[in-house]
Amino acid sequence: MSAGTPKSLPSSGQKSIQEICHPLSAEESILSPSPDLGNTISSTGEKDLSLPNGNAVDTSSPASSSSLLNRLQLDDDLDGETRDLFVTVDDPKKHVSTMETYITYRVSTKTTRTEFDLPEYSVRRRYQDFDWLRSKLEDSQPTHLIPPLPEKFVMKGVVDRFSEEFVETRRKALDKFLKRVADHPVLSFNEHFNVFLSAKDLNKRQGLALLSKMGESVKYVTGGYKLRARPIEFAAMGEYLDIFTQKLGTIDRIAQRIIKEQSEYLVELREYSPVYSSWASSEEELQEPLDGVAACMANCCSGLEELTEEMSEDFLPVLREYILYVESMKNVLKKRDQVQAEYETKLEAVAFREDRKTPVPTDVEKCQDRVECFNADLKADWDRWQNNKRQDFRQLLTGMADKNIQYYEKCLAAWESLIPLLQDKQEARADTN
Amino acid sequence: ITDTEGVMVEKGGTLLKGLEISVAEAEKRTGKNAVSIQETYTVYLIETRAVDNVSEVANPTPDSLWRRYSEFEIFRNYLLVTYPFVVVPPLPEKRAEFVWHKLSADNMDPDFVERRRVGLENFLLRVASHPVLSNDKIFYSFLTQFFVLCLLFCVGFFEMKHYGDELQSVISQLLRVRARVADRLYGVYKVHGNYGRVFSEWSAIEKEMGDGLQSAGHHMDAYAASIDDILEEEEHYADQLKEYLFYTEALRAVCRKHELCQFELEMAAQDLISKKQQREELATGTVRTFSLKGMTSKLFGQETPEQRETKLKTLETQIEEGEEMVKERTAECDEFVKNAWEDIERFREQKDRDLKEALISYAIMQISMCKKGIQVWNNAKECFSKM
Repeated sequence: MSAGTPKSLPSSGQKSIQEICHPLSAEESILSPSPDLGNTISSTGEKDLSLPNGNAVDTSSPASSSSLLNRLQLDDDLDGETRDLFVTVDDPKKHVSTMETYITYRVSTKTTRTEFDLPEYSVRRRYQDFDWLRSKLEDSQPTHLIPPLPEKFVMKGVVDRFSEEFVETRRKALDKFLKRVADHPVLSFNEHFNVFLSAKDLNKRQGLALLSKMGESVKYVTGGYKLRARPIEFAAMGEYLDIFTQKLGTIDRIAQRIIKEQSEYLVELREYSPVYSSWASSEEELQEPLDGVAACMANCCSGLEELTEEMSEDFLPVLREYILYVESMKNVLKKRDQVQAEYETKLEAVAFREDRKTPVPTDVEKCQDRVECFNADLKADWDRWQNNKRQDFRQLLTGMADKNIQYYEKCLAAWESLIPLLQDKQEARADTN
Repeated sequence: ITDTEGVMVEKGGTLLKGLEISVAEAEKRTGKNAVSIQETYTVYLIETRAVDNVSEVANPTPDSLWRRYSEFEIFRNYLLVTYPFVVVPPLPEKRAEFVWHKLSADNMDPDFVERRRVGLENFLLRVASHPVLSNDKIFYSFLTQFFVLCLLFCVGFFEMKHYGDELQSVISQLLRVRARVADRLYGVYKVHGNYGRVFSEWSAIEKEMGDGLQSAGHHMDAYAASIDDILEEEEHYADQLKEYLFYTEALRAVCRKHELCQFELEMAAQDLISKKQQREELATGTVRTFSLKGMTSKLFGQETPEQRETKLKTLETQIEEGEEMVKERTAECDEFVKNAWEDIERFREQKDRDLKEALISYAIMQISMCKKGIQVWNNAKECFSKM
C-alpha cells in the first residue's frame, strides 16, 4: 500500500461536526501524527492522558487515553521494523479425553514489550479460549471494533469438525484474529490479551475473570435511552455498513453458486475420460491420440477440483468473516448511540432544572467524556478498518483471479502437450504415403 | 532355394512336404469393381503338384487357381495377424516404385508383371519353407481352393461389425456427455456475470476501491458472455463425430451383406455335401448317416437295382448342378469380399485421418478457450490490484 500524502486525522474532542472528516474519505490518514496533536486534546481529556508506553489501558478508565496512543502508535504499524509484537497461530492438534474431543492450536508470541515478562511465549489454546478473549475485549474495550472470530457452532453431521480442511480454515481465521488484535494500538495492550498469550493455564484465569466480567459490563450498560439522531458521520458509517453487508451477502451467494455449478460441471466432465479410453481400446492408429485426450481430460478435472476446493476453503471463509465483522461493528455503533443518548437525556434533565447556580453535575460531565472518547476511538478504528478492508479485499479478489488463472494455465498446458502427439502421427503418415 | 523350374530342393524338413508350388502365368482380366467401374487387372496362376514321397516324382497334372495381387495381400495380412511373432516374408511391391525409368512405372507393363510373377512365387516358396507358416491350414487352401477367402474374411468381417458397434456406442456416449458438459459449463460462465452487477453496485459506496471494482465487473461480464461463442465452436466437433456415428450404419450394412453371401454359399455347399453322401450310400449300399428313409428301406425291403440306377442318375445331375452353384456362389462371395475389404480399408484410413483432424481442431479449440480465460482473469486481476 502506498503511503500517499499525509492527512490530518479525524480528531476527537471539541471539534464541531462540520470539521470532522467524512469517514469514507479517511483512508490515507494513518500516517504521521496530526500537527494539531497538542491543540485537539480537549480539556476534559487532559486529566486522563497517559504516556504511550506507560501503563496499559486500564479497563476502569474511559478510552480517551487511547486516542493519544492511537495517534502516536498508528504509524508504527506500517513500519515493520518498529513493530514489537508478533503473534502466530499454527500446529493444530487433536486432544481426546474421556469427556470430549477437541483441537488445540499453538499460539506463538515474540515481543519486546515490557508489558510481557518474557520475550517469547508458546502456549496452546482451543477455540473457546479465543472466544473468551474476544468477549473480554468486547467488554473491556467497548468503544473499539473487535475483529471477529470464525463461527463458533458447526452442525455436527454437516461439517466434520476434525477434517483437515475445516481445521486449517479455522486456524487461518484464528491467526488473522490475533494478528488484527496485535496490530491494534489499543487492543494489543489489553491485559486479557496479554494473559491469553502468556499464561500457561488459561482455565484458572478464566475462572477469575468470570467474576470480574460482571463488574466491567456494568460500566457501559446504558439501557433504555433513546437517541434522537445519529451524527452524520456515524449515520454514514451505518449506511455504509448496511449496504456493504448486503453486497457481501450477494457475493457470498454468487461464490457459492459458482462452486455448486463448477462441482456439477466437474461431475459431467469426469465422464469424458473413461469414454475416450474405451474408444482408444478399439482403435489402432487412433489409440494413442484418444488415450492422450483421455489423460488431458483427467488433468483438467483435477485442476477444476483444486479450484473449487480453494474457493471453498480460502475465499468463502474470509468473506463470511467480514460479514461477522460488519455485524459486530453495527453493534458498536449502537452502543455508541446508547452512550450518546444517555448523555443527551441527562443533559436535558439538568437543563430543565433551571438551577443555574449549581455546576453541571459530574455525572453529566462523565457522560460527555464517554461520548467524546467513544466517538474518537470509533473514528480512528473506522479508518483503520477501512484501510484493512481495502487490503484484505484486494488480496482476496486478486487471489480469486490467481486461482482461476492457475486453473486455466493447467488446462492449457495439458491441451498444448497433446497437439504434438496428434500431429506427429499425422506427419508420419503423410511421409509413408 | 529353387531351381529354374520352381522345384524345391531345400533339404531337411520344413518345406511343405509333397507339394510343388509355382506361379506359372499371368493374364490380363477386366471386370467391374466395388463401385461398378470397369477396370483392368492382372491375375496370376498358382500351380501345385503333389510330389510322391517315395519316388519324388511330381504328379504331371497340376491343380491350378487364378489369384490377383490383392488376394495375396489379404492372405499375407492374415499371416501377420495370426502369427505376430513371425517375420512374415514380404510381397513384391504393389506399385512400381524405385523406378529408374518413367516407362517402367506402369503396373500393366509386361516386364513389371513378369517381375511380379517371380516375386509372388518367391513369396509362396518362402512361406512353404517356414517352420511355422508352412503348417498353416489356410495356406494350403490359399494354394488350392476357391472359397478360402471367404473363410479368411469371416473373422475380419465379424471384427469389423463388432468395431462398428463399438464405434457407434462410444460416439453416442461422447455426444451425450458433451451435451451435459456444455449445459453445466454454460451455467458456470453465466453465474460469473452476477459478479459484474454486484461489483458495480458495491463500487458505488466505495471511494478508492470503486474504480477497480467497476472495471473488474466489466471483465466478469465479458467472461460470462464469452461462453456462447465457445459452445458454438464446439458444435462443429460434435458434427464431425455425428458423421462417423452415421457411417457406422453403412459399415454394418456391408458386414451384413457379407454374412448373407456367406450364408448362401454355405447353404449351397451343405446341399452339395449331402447329395454326395446320398450318392455314396446308394452306390455302396451302406448307410453312413441315420436317415428315416434308410431305416424304412431296411425294414420294408430294399429297392430294385433299376430304381437305384434312376436315383443315382438324378443325384448325379443334381450334384453337377450343385457344384456349379457352389462355384458361382464362391465366385460371388470372393468378388464381394475382395471389393468390400478394399473399401473397408479405404474407409478405415479415411476415418483415422478425419478423426485425427477432428481431435486436433478440438484441442485447438480448448486451447483457445483456456487462453481467453487467462486473459479475462488477468484483466480482472489488474483491476483488483488497483483497488
